[in-house]
Amino acid sequence: MEKSILSLLIFLPVLGAIVMLPVSKYLKSSNIIKYIALGTTGIQLLLSGWLYMNFDPSMSVMQSPFTVQVDWIKHFNIEYFIGVDGLSIPMVLLTALLSFICILASWNIDKKVLGYFSLFLLLDAGMMGVFLSLDFFLFYIFWEVMLLPMYFLIGIWGGPQRHYAAIKFFLYTLFGSLFMLLAMIGLWYFTAPFNAGEGTFSLIKLIELAPQIDAQLWGWNVQWLLWIALFIGFAIKVPVFPFHTWLPLAHVEAPTAISVILAGVLLKMGTYGLLRISYPLLPGEVVAFSYTLAILGVINILWGAMCAIAQIDLKKMVAYSSVSHMGYVLLGMSAVVSPNIAGAEAGLNGAVMQMFNHGTITAMLFLLVGVLYDQAHHRWIVYPENHDNQDLAGKLAFGGLASQMPVFSAFVALAFFAGLGLPALSGFVSEALCFIGGFSAFRLVTAIGTLGILLGAVYLLRAYQRVFLGPLNPAYDKLKDISPRELATVVPIAFLVLLFGVFPKPLVDMVSGSISMLVSIIQGAM
Amino acid sequence: MNNLQSIGYFLPEFLIIITALFVIVFDLVSLKKIKLSFTILKREITYNASELLMGLGLLFIAILLYQMPVNGGQIFHGMLINDSFSYYFKWLILISTGSIILVSRHSNELDKEYKSEFDALILFVLLGMFLMTNSSDLLMIYLSIELVSIPSYILAGMLKNDKKSNEASLKYVIFGSFASGLMLFGLSWLYGISGSTNIYNIYESINLIDNPYMIYMSLMLILIGFGYKISMAPLHYWTPDVYEGSPTIVTAFFSAAPKAAGFAILIRTFFILFTGSNSLSIDAIPLDGIDWFLILAVLSAVTMSIGNLLALKQDNVKRMLAYSTISHVGFMLMAFSTASTDAIIGIMFYLTLYMFMNLSAFFMVIHVENNFNAKNIDQWGGIGYKSPVLAIFMVLSLVSLAGLPPTSGFVGKVYLFRTLFATQQFYWLGIVGILNSVISLYYYFKIVKSMYFDESIIKEDENRPITLYMIIILFSSQNILFYIYWTPLYNYIKSLF
Repeated sequence: MEKSILSLLIFLPVLGAIVMLPVSKYLKSSNIIKYIALGTTGIQLLLSGWLYMNFDPSMSVMQSPFTVQVDWIKHFNIEYFIGVDGLSIPMVLLTALLSFICILASWNIDKKVLGYFSLFLLLDAGMMGVFLSLDFFLFYIFWEVMLLPMYFLIGIWGGPQRHYAAIKFFLYTLFGSLFMLLAMIGLWYFTAPFNAGEGTFSLIKLIELAPQIDAQLWGWNVQWLLWIALFIGFAIKVPVFPFHTWLPLAHVEAPTAISVILAGVLLKMGTYGLLRISYPLLPGEVVAFSYTLAILGVINILWGAMCAIAQIDLKKMVAYSSVSHMGYVLLGMSAVVSPNIAGAEAGLNGAVMQMFNHGTITAMLFLLVGVLYDQAHHRWIVYPENHDNQDLAGKLAFGGLASQMPVFSAFVALAFFAGLGLPALSGFVSEALCFIGGFSAFRLVTAIGTLGILLGAVYLLRAYQRVFLGPLNPAYDKLKDISPRELATVVPIAFLVLLFGVFPKPLVDMVSGSISMLVSIIQGAM
Repeated sequence: MNNLQSIGYFLPEFLIIITALFVIVFDLVSLKKIKLSFTILKREITYNASELLMGLGLLFIAILLYQMPVNGGQIFHGMLINDSFSYYFKWLILISTGSIILVSRHSNELDKEYKSEFDALILFVLLGMFLMTNSSDLLMIYLSIELVSIPSYILAGMLKNDKKSNEASLKYVIFGSFASGLMLFGLSWLYGISGSTNIYNIYESINLIDNPYMIYMSLMLILIGFGYKISMAPLHYWTPDVYEGSPTIVTAFFSAAPKAAGFAILIRTFFILFTGSNSLSIDAIPLDGIDWFLILAVLSAVTMSIGNLLALKQDNVKRMLAYSTISHVGFMLMAFSTASTDAIIGIMFYLTLYMFMNLSAFFMVIHVENNFNAKNIDQWGGIGYKSPVLAIFMVLSLVSLAGLPPTSGFVGKVYLFRTLFATQQFYWLGIVGILNSVISLYYYFKIVKSMYFDESIIKEDENRPITLYMIIILFSSQNILFYIYWTPLYNYIKSLF
């Protein structure tokens, strides 16, 4: 069980997708497909729960009983090497949880059901693979495998601009990941001299080997070039400021469940990749780059928040809020060079926790926007100036929904408050840790970054006021409150948001072991 | 080895000639009425005598090729060389040509009246390609290239009443004869320098020459001849027009086997003549003052960029795939410009995968043309839902052509990029290659987008011949197969050196 659980987590969804094909052919019911998908992700969630119960944060990856390491392609030293540690376990839990919830949230998909759910399961497998791989080649393959299902999911089931959004997402991510490919092959060859002439893709071995690289290329240090190539690949996924333009488009055009996956899991892959690969492999470059990273993080926070303020589309606003919130993660990560070890650990802990917490909060936001959209068929906060119906242009779209949909409005309030970092909700804990860490390393930059909290309150509270408070817009007096199925998708997340807001210990315990190891690697290079 | 002894190593080629002649004769005596039919998977398949003979001939060619001893020796007084390098390429060429012959029965474009002529011409090209892989003499090099080219000109013009096909044929002849004239001039320079036509002898005398410009001259001229054959920029101009005008089955043929043969002859000639190695299994060092590696690196960057950038704007599927072929040639040249044994292995590995994925894509084009009469990308709308199985395999092939996981095209591309790092040169070429990969994704996915995102086709595909169907699936499933486990193939290619 211990040896096979990680492989099961990855390949169970693939199995589910394969089972669907014959079943859908013989039973002409589309519900059976949904139940298979729900069952598969449900089992996956249970397995990841079991993994969490048996996970020992004090063990390193190599000691862990779950780690599997077998040769795949011998002559190129590619291994099927998967394992789980404090960095990856929150992400695995998040992926399993959100996949399950997203299947529930996609229950009203009625167009090409088989295609949707089988692609979703493949996407799920790819995400799990990324978080569990400890071999760079394997990591890269899972990283790319996700693109294809995502392309189809946005392109076929998305909104009006879906074709453009799908290809833009695909090209952006591919552009970055191909640089990562070069860096990967480069790492193999540049570390080969230190490993008896044989390169390796094992991320554990490379921790020892990569810092020894001292070659020069075009007058640059090779380590620096590798860092840049990896950073481009990950930064596009995060997305870091100049590379973020694919994000609002893809998030807005994707169907609700896919937006949840995009914002909840895919964005985290960028920061996860930085923590998993760039940080331990190139600690010297981390030290040199951290100030830039902090500045980029703060730009992300402010830019994202200001763009969110300007939005009149609720979903687009949530999408930009993701850009802003990923900025906190970057700021927390940059704190690793803090002269104060406690500060460095706080920053990195905050970053990893923020990855998890943002995953839950943004998932909730997207799900709730989706609930509203399903009934109202639009999600304007204010109608745009060029709206088809010129009488409505520039006017408030909703208003007073709190009286019409009280339960729904309560959940939205919870999600918005969590998003703006209200104490006693999970967002506060991780954002505070990011700022504490950031402040111990880069005072001025962090101080500017705290403005982001204020801006966050502006766009979230203003949106809440415009949509839910005030007199009820009579056009929407037929809206029904949130349905039990929709409630089932939101309640578990809301529970986690509350739980980790008042009692973050389980989350901290999970990650802190790996974090202190990472911090000691980086601090050792200073 | 003298001529009589050499015959033992030449049996597959002999059988090709005999089969080709028999096919022509059978056509004349009209044995077409003899038919044999049998049923596979509830479908009836009928072959006439001429086709059966052809199939039998190909089978025996394969058997003879399989049992042929490979000893690395020169045969026919050094005209040809019989080594494992050419042996591997012969298999590649035979498999792709065989599949073309199988599929050609289902091409609606070809006139059934001239089917035997088509078959015979393909067989002559096959012979030429076999010779291209193992020529070791300047005369043989020239003759084998011409033996491939001249029937190809006719094949391009197979559709007698089609203006575009005629144009394709004429353009091909004019470009082709120009290029081969220049190459012949280059070859005669070499002969003038060394007084010999055997490339191994020439290699020795070239080493003694201290004026590199003479060698440069002949090198460039020969490169024109080979570059034309593999459609390397700036000699690629014939490719789109010929590919678009030719019957699709001929285009599919041009895009795979002759490219492989072209690479075989390019690798052998350049490795033997213009390096200090005299063998394929040693990393090449440039002769004094002759840095053709850099020339090839630049040409490779230009080739892949031109191929990709021009493919972006194409609406015609065949024309787009023609440009994509050019860009793939650029990728292989990228590895070749590092001139190491690793690079040759990488190219052979990539060519194998490329041949399968490209052919399966072209066969899908044939299937779509037969059923939906679609020539442009926008006419492919909704095919993903009308022939779902084949469409999924088409997506696989296109992803593979773009070089993304989870397909073998990705693995092949990794091996090409890897040669740059292994030999520690031309890193900039890697970045050019990567940018090109991103571009190529866009146009390959125009087809995918059309197949799945647009829904314009109403009618079902009715005409689904079992051979075409199976070959598409077979050739495309290698995309997954060699992605999951490619060690045996790679090790086999490596063992050839």
